[in-house]
Amino acid sequence: MTQTAPVQKTRFFGISKILRFLKPFKRVMLSMAALGLTTSIIDVAIPLFQRYSLNHFIKGNTLDTLPLFLIIYILALAGQSFATYVSCRNAMTVEVSVNRDLRHAAFEHLQTLSFSYFNQNSVGYIHARVLSDTSRIGSLASWSFMDGVWHTSYLIFAAVVMLAINARLALLVLIIVPLVAALFSLFQGKLIRANREIREINSNITSNFNEGITGAKTVKTLAIEEEMDRRFTAETARMRKRSVDASRLRGAFAATMNLASSVALAIVLWRGGYLAENQVGTFSMFMSYAQGMMEPVRWLIDAISDLITTQVNIERFTNLLAVKSDVVDTPEVVEKYGDSFCPKKEAWEPLVGDIEFEDVTFRYPDGQETVLEHFNMRIPFGSNIAIVGETGAGKSTLVNLVCRFYEPTQGRVLIDGRDARERSQLWLHSSIGYVLQNPHLFSGTVRENLLYGNPNASEEQIRRAIELVSADEVVARLENGLDTDVGEGGDLLSTGEKQLISFARAILADPRILILDEATASVDTLTEQKIQAAIDKVIQGRTSIVIAHRLSTVRHSDCILAVKDGKIVESGTHKQLIAAKGYYYDMYTRQYEDEEAAKILG
Amino acid sequence: MKDKTQSKEKRRLVFDFLKGSKLFFAVSILSAALSALADMLTPQIIRTTIDNVIGSEEASLPAPVMRLIEKIGGFGYLKTHMIIMALAVLAVALIKVASQYSFRVYNTKGSETLVKTMRDTLFHRIERLPFSWHMKNKTGDIIQRCTSDIDTLRNFVSEQMTGIFRIAIMLVLSIIFMLSMDPLLTLIAIIPMPLIMLYSLSFHKTVRTQFEKCDENEGKLSAMVQENLTGVRVVRAFGREKTELDRFNTQNTYYTSLWVRVAHSLSRFWSSSDFLAGFQILIVVAVGAVFCVKRGTTAGDYVAFISYNGMLIWPVRMLGRMISEMSKAGVSIDRIHYIMKSEPEHDLPDPVKPDMTGDIRFEHVTFAYENCPEILTDVSFTAESGKTLGILGGTGSGKSTLMFLLDKLYDLPEGNGTISIGGTDIRLADTRYLRENIGMVLQEPYLFSRTISENIGITSEHITLEDIREAARDACLDDTVMQFAQGYETKVGERGVTLSGGQKQRTAIARMLTQKTPVMILDDSLSAVDTETDAKIRRALEKHFGGATVIIISHRITTLSHCDRIIVLDKGRIAENGTHDELKCAGGLYSRIYESQSGLGEEV
Repeated sequence: MTQTAPVQKTRFFGISKILRFLKPFKRVMLSMAALGLTTSIIDVAIPLFQRYSLNHFIKGNTLDTLPLFLIIYILALAGQSFATYVSCRNAMTVEVSVNRDLRHAAFEHLQTLSFSYFNQNSVGYIHARVLSDTSRIGSLASWSFMDGVWHTSYLIFAAVVMLAINARLALLVLIIVPLVAALFSLFQGKLIRANREIREINSNITSNFNEGITGAKTVKTLAIEEEMDRRFTAETARMRKRSVDASRLRGAFAATMNLASSVALAIVLWRGGYLAENQVGTFSMFMSYAQGMMEPVRWLIDAISDLITTQVNIERFTNLLAVKSDVVDTPEVVEKYGDSFCPKKEAWEPLVGDIEFEDVTFRYPDGQETVLEHFNMRIPFGSNIAIVGETGAGKSTLVNLVCRFYEPTQGRVLIDGRDARERSQLWLHSSIGYVLQNPHLFSGTVRENLLYGNPNASEEQIRRAIELVSADEVVARLENGLDTDVGEGGDLLSTGEKQLISFARAILADPRILILDEATASVDTLTEQKIQAAIDKVIQGRTSIVIAHRLSTVRHSDCILAVKDGKIVESGTHKQLIAAKGYYYDMYTRQYEDEEAAKILG
Repeated sequence: MKDKTQSKEKRRLVFDFLKGSKLFFAVSILSAALSALADMLTPQIIRTTIDNVIGSEEASLPAPVMRLIEKIGGFGYLKTHMIIMALAVLAVALIKVASQYSFRVYNTKGSETLVKTMRDTLFHRIERLPFSWHMKNKTGDIIQRCTSDIDTLRNFVSEQMTGIFRIAIMLVLSIIFMLSMDPLLTLIAIIPMPLIMLYSLSFHKTVRTQFEKCDENEGKLSAMVQENLTGVRVVRAFGREKTELDRFNTQNTYYTSLWVRVAHSLSRFWSSSDFLAGFQILIVVAVGAVFCVKRGTTAGDYVAFISYNGMLIWPVRMLGRMISEMSKAGVSIDRIHYIMKSEPEHDLPDPVKPDMTGDIRFEHVTFAYENCPEILTDVSFTAESGKTLGILGGTGSGKSTLMFLLDKLYDLPEGNGTISIGGTDIRLADTRYLRENIGMVLQEPYLFSRTISENIGITSEHITLEDIREAARDACLDDTVMQFAQGYETKVGERGVTLSGGQKQRTAIARMLTQKTPVMILDDSLSAVDTETDAKIRRALEKHFGGATVIIISHRITTLSHCDRIIVLDKGRIAENGTHDELKCAGGLYSRIYESQSGLGEEV
């Protein structure tokens, strides 16, 4: 179900799909169109002033109407500049506002999507959907729209004026417009392809830089600096070649356009030169239009190719909004318990913390393999379960099901004896504490991060929580104590410090069910002892599931599940599993050696 | 004083970068000049048409042009054959279009050559900067210097510098032509120009701070989305979707309001400068008309004059923006210069090539990383030629540092003991030669995002797939690779498969084996493979590479027990030194670990 909807043939470049985001700006956009029309009329009119000046003042050798001429001219200029002001301001405001709404819609939707979406799409990919795709759409709705009106109406009005003044000459000039348009469209396709290739090479170069820097140690030990250089310069040479090729294309494109205006000018000279005899003003006006017509034509062709590229952005964006979460609360549940944004907490039953897997069969939505088959297990309140296995073996599966990040393909997960699907996700999540292996803090102060666990925690509760996990020493060392900024992703703190803060955060949430994804990152021994002590304290009086990497820490768990290649291969207490001399035994032996050595060498 | 030499250095840097592209830029500027000249000719043709061909004013054209017109048949003939004037316009247009094309292509050639030179030079330099430099500098920051700062510098040269040349040429030429027609009117036309330019300049300067603020807040918004996505588990597990949405909303709205402010400033500027430009044209149109009537300026002059005037306005408005953007380049030059001024690794003069098959000897080696406590204290030992040396040590005992020093990733300062190979102090040795002859597998191996076979064969250009597979077989990797759908052509990393820790280690071992070096170092490189595979790999090593000097670092006794000699490193000092049989009963650290590791069965 998370599969994105098949790309449908969309009309109007997919714009119909985003109409609802433009609706609030309908009136402003109408005014923009009106103003675009006005400015184009004034722009068409400006050469008429010159025409008047030449025909009347200069040929007539009189200055009789000069004051009036000046007044009208200034009024036209003022009107034009006022229209420019209002329309530019409105266009930009619409652009950024539409962008804002699109980002908001994307972000809000992401908060409701299930984990399979996040597992199938990289952070970078989703990030680009929220920030880059949306920005292209906004500028389409504002600038392209307004400029489109301007350029189209300029073309039409200029044609009308020319036809009105001298139909024969006008037709001669106008005939080249469709010819030029056809020529331009030929170039466009090639240009788009060339630009795409250049972008690709450019990102290759950046990742080459990245490798050269992050892999510096390896490059040195292998003494392959020259090989790296060779690869790099080959890529930069390709970049140069392609860019120059593209500039030839662009140059030819620009040349065609300039030549086209000159052809128009030449036509005016050739067939309209006689006008200069008595109507030098009309002659000069025709020259202005002849040269000015090509720009709108070029713009319109450009706009069409822009639309084609923006269509991709629109599709990606609407596809994101179309993705359905595969974990959804039923309407009845939402009715009773509320949704993630408007919970009805008064209706929530208290959560005890009994978990039961009842004949659960599970396959990841994007996977082929069934990882759990008719799995049954009861985790009574207060018990402690450990899941062990190699990195990437699939240790998170059970946790994902308990947290209802995924739902079983068959069977049920019972929370306090009732199917988890009978209550809202937020109800369950509000009673779960989660401590990640790579602790994730948000930018902001330490306090803000702690309150993430429980926004209503009192000062006293915060103090107790940080003391319980010995994070008080960390806080004491910080310059502004709890109000110290932790930096983006908490990067101003060390891994160990982040770990302790995230423990305190979990405690403040006072969860009934605690999930611990144990740290693999190396922390110094002292911190590790502190963390271990914190874990022991935290799991008291809660149902806990530990995803463990250090086997020595799980020896006393009520049940250990060993996972290999995604499946549970063994389960039992530490004693039972050691006696079985199976997979757990092997893993344990290997780690034991390492740990013993580390302990002695300490 | 220091500032002066610094800025001189930076200027030299830019000139060095420009070496291969100067000529291209010169051609492009010449082309621009030619195109500007062609631009000047069209109004002259039209003026002549209006005044002399159609009209009957006294012609004041240069003598050669007059002769040409006489040759064709005089103005009278032209009047009945207007197509000739039209063709003249087209001919000029062809010159203009051709020179514009040449400008564009040569300008791109110049700027792309410049970018290539900068990128290549930086990459070359970065690869050769000492490892300590890499440890000090953040990857993201260096990459930014190599990408966006290079782009800024490119724009500075290829857009702003050439742009200013173009504008200057355009200005000078139009003013010359205008002066030749009517000096007084020219003066009137020029007077508002500096005003328009100054207005544009001061506006772009102020709006830049607004733009910077927008950028900064875009960064914040982007970071917020990034955090939300990477922390999606935390958000969900704590049920904090609403908080996240609120936070995002606040920033999203604030960021948008900043842009709305920019929108107001920009539209104020655009509309007012439009008005100014339009007003300037109005003045020329009106005063020109007055001059025509009162001073007998011809209609042709009037039309041509208005054309020239039109050519002035845009460049002047652009100039302000360009000048304000130029100041960005200074910062970028600084940031690139930072990389270029860092000292690369270098050998002493006349480096020697030591006998790599000789003994490796550490004598009284003491070492500390910059601003860190001592990590090695008076370490002495010998890895005998052709033998296997085992090193046992805990985290932070300095065992990896020993190997970094041996491979000259860090230089051992004078007076801190010596490391020698085959009797040669490695300080005197050719670093490249040394590294080529030491095969080293690091604790956390780094693989490049290429195919598996490219990764294994990376050190030699002409390696056959069979050689690669043989190395992979020795490293117990072949079977695994053959299971991949694309076998050895499987891409590693970002856009390819993610290898497990053990698979990565084995790939790195295979990579080292293809080097066939006389010295091989395995720095804890078997930690993620199981005991059985560990033993298999070691057997393969012994069988195929019997003659090499091998150093194995581990804290697994089974891995070390077959070594010819074992040293135990404890807190930067040698605690024990002997064979497995000697050490296991010596009652020291080694025997304690031996006992604890072999006593596992009883303990549980």
